[in-house]
Amino acid sequence: MKNPLDSLWGTVISGVVLTVVLYVFAKNFLG
Amino acid sequence: MENIDIVSALSRWIHFMAGIMWIGLLYYFNFVQVAALKNAGADGTAAGITKHVAPRALLFFRWAAVLTWISGAALLGPYFMDAFLLRNGMGPIGIGAWLGTIMLFNVWVLIWPNQKKILGMVSASDDEKSKARRVAFLASRTNTMLSIPMLFFMATGMSHSALFSL
Repeated sequence: MKNPLDSLWGTVISGVVLTVVLYVFAKNFLG
Repeated sequence: MENIDIVSALSRWIHFMAGIMWIGLLYYFNFVQVAALKNAGADGTAAGITKHVAPRALLFFRWAAVLTWISGAALLGPYFMDAFLLRNGMGPIGIGAWLGTIMLFNVWVLIWPNQKKILGMVSASDDEKSKARRVAFLASRTNTMLSIPMLFFMATGMSHSALFSL
């Protein structure tokens, strides 16, 4: 499998996905 | 204006300026320089970038990273521990602080030591340079990826509590 960080679009999309994951985590699990 | 307000205002101001310098140069490296070096290597003009541009950009890049972290820590002030322990309503900004801290680690432990080998500031064999190039590239790309959620939590973590139902 290709490393998404090898392309700029892969890097940006990975960053957006990570943002959503962390947002859901923060909203549901952090006080 | 109370003293604490002045410290907070100055910290925020410096945090913004240093942060723009740091992340601006990070985006320059990733969105501009990597592709430019590829083309410059093909027509034999890469030395202009590696000799005159990259060392200067890296100088401001790595020290802006330090100043961003220190001013961010000063801005958190008495809430520093709550932020890093993700507690007492400081969780969202704490996530931003953790991401920024990981990025600072990447700058000083992975990017800068390997860039010194790549740019010939320390001696390294061709094999070591080749490995250094890959590590520095991936660490830089990782920081670009992490900057996206980091900036989201920095922008929303303190002031938009409703977004997090806090």
